Amino acid sequence: MKKTTAQNEPPLPSGASQAKATPAAQASSARKEKEFVWKRRHLLGLEDLSAEELWHILNTAKGFQPVSTRSIKKVPALRGRVVVNLFFEDSTRTRTSFTLAAQRLSADVLEFNASRSSVSKGESLRDTVRNIEAMGVDTFVIRHSAAGAPHYITRCTDRHVVNAGDGQHEHPTQGLIDIFTILERKGRIEGLNVVIVGDIAHSRVARSNLWGLTKLGANVTFVGPTTLVPKSFEQLGAKVSHNLDAVLKDADVINMLRVQRERIASQVFPSTQEYVRLFGLTRERLAKAKPDVLIMHPGPINRGVELASEVADGPNSSILRQVSNGLAIRMAVLFLLNQVP
Amino acid sequence: MASSEVLLDATQIAGTLDRLVSEIRASLPDGVPVGVIGIRSRGEILAARLVAGLRKLGVQDIETGVLDITLYRDDLAELGPKARVRATEIDFDITGRYVILVDDVLYTGRSARSALDALVDLGRPKAIRLVVLVDRPGRELPIQADLVGVRVSVPDVPVTVHLTESDGVDEVLIG
Repeated sequence: MKKTTAQNEPPLPSGASQAKATPAAQASSARKEKEFVWKRRHLLGLEDLSAEELWHILNTAKGFQPVSTRSIKKVPALRGRVVVNLFFEDSTRTRTSFTLAAQRLSADVLEFNASRSSVSKGESLRDTVRNIEAMGVDTFVIRHSAAGAPHYITRCTDRHVVNAGDGQHEHPTQGLIDIFTILERKGRIEGLNVVIVGDIAHSRVARSNLWGLTKLGANVTFVGPTTLVPKSFEQLGAKVSHNLDAVLKDADVINMLRVQRERIASQVFPSTQEYVRLFGLTRERLAKAKPDVLIMHPGPINRGVELASEVADGPNSSILRQVSNGLAIRMAVLFLLNQVP
Repeated sequence: MASSEVLLDATQIAGTLDRLVSEIRASLPDGVPVGVIGIRSRGEILAARLVAGLRKLGVQDIETGVLDITLYRDDLAELGPKARVRATEIDFDITGRYVILVDDVLYTGRSARSALDALVDLGRPKAIRLVVLVDRPGRELPIQADLVGVRVSVPDVPVTVHLTESDGVDEVLIG
């Protein structure tokens, strides 16, 4: 097998949408880059990852992007491997995205629905995992309402574990998708002002975004009602604001989180009308932001609540692009973890 | 590297590529669009040079692309976390095209095998031809090149290709 130096990691700030560098420039910077080797067997959160590891996933995902646009949307990389979707919480898009990503890598996928299974008969999480493991599964993709459930599973099995959302803790693949989409549209992460709006206190997406984005040099501002955006987030490296209009004009990216309807009725949440007036992204509000501001949303959208329809479907929106990029990110994650014995 | 000798210098590489360009030109069927696809990373550079040469000779309907074969390699498991996945950049439909697959060195034949598998997942070319700068003995699969720049006859001697775009110099070293 021939050896090539150009297979080294490209320079870290290589933006997904940057103009293609000349082969000479690529190779010379690749030579400068020290050989990075991915070592993790699990993806539990972005908090533990180094900037180098984040870049490695983003660069790998870029390699997987073309697979989804060609006629045969499949590569043989994980042929013979088995991925199980172990979802203890309802999810349509994340589960579908992981399933499709695994299938495009030629892995076999097992769908495990907690509500229709042994869990409803009282089986413990540990026993569920051990039983599935005994069938010869290689990777567990887990969503659970309890923070730390994926970490617990790594102690029950020696197989790969991917956190697909655990309580209010982390949703690392969604964080990576958002960062990848920003990189694709803006060409960089460092120095960008990213405003994340909504129920930050209960959001695992906000936390994963914060860890990932700050490590890559972005400035993250959390915005929402005082009850949902506590000052304590400043200790984690975010700026906190309760006034969307005040931070709007400097924003390069605005990530609107979904208003969880079950919380609207609760004490911590203002009325829907009041929320829309203060924190809803309307066309009028968008007009005050930078013309090229990027509008994101992890979905599903409450149209007319956090996001006006014309903004969600407008030219600044990257919402459907986030969904497409989800496949590339999840293919990259499943591939990288499975490459580590 | 102290014992290595120069098999081809910059002038000889240029001459060899010129010869390959005319041989490719002569082999092209009439009226069939052409796609020149380089295997990442040095095949990509050679493909770009061959396309420039073919355009100079007046070849009209010609596209170029880069193939990353990592996901199709048969030693992916042995490679483990050292595997680097990069994008395949082929922005045209290869179906019906006369595809010239370009690599720097043909040795075991396993890269070419991976590339063929990757190509057929992208479409159904009219034909695929393999063009390499150096053919070195040691085949492990029944794969041969259609056009060869230079043939090495001694077995078990490493061949290293350096190209200006990636390595700052054009040379083929042996030993």
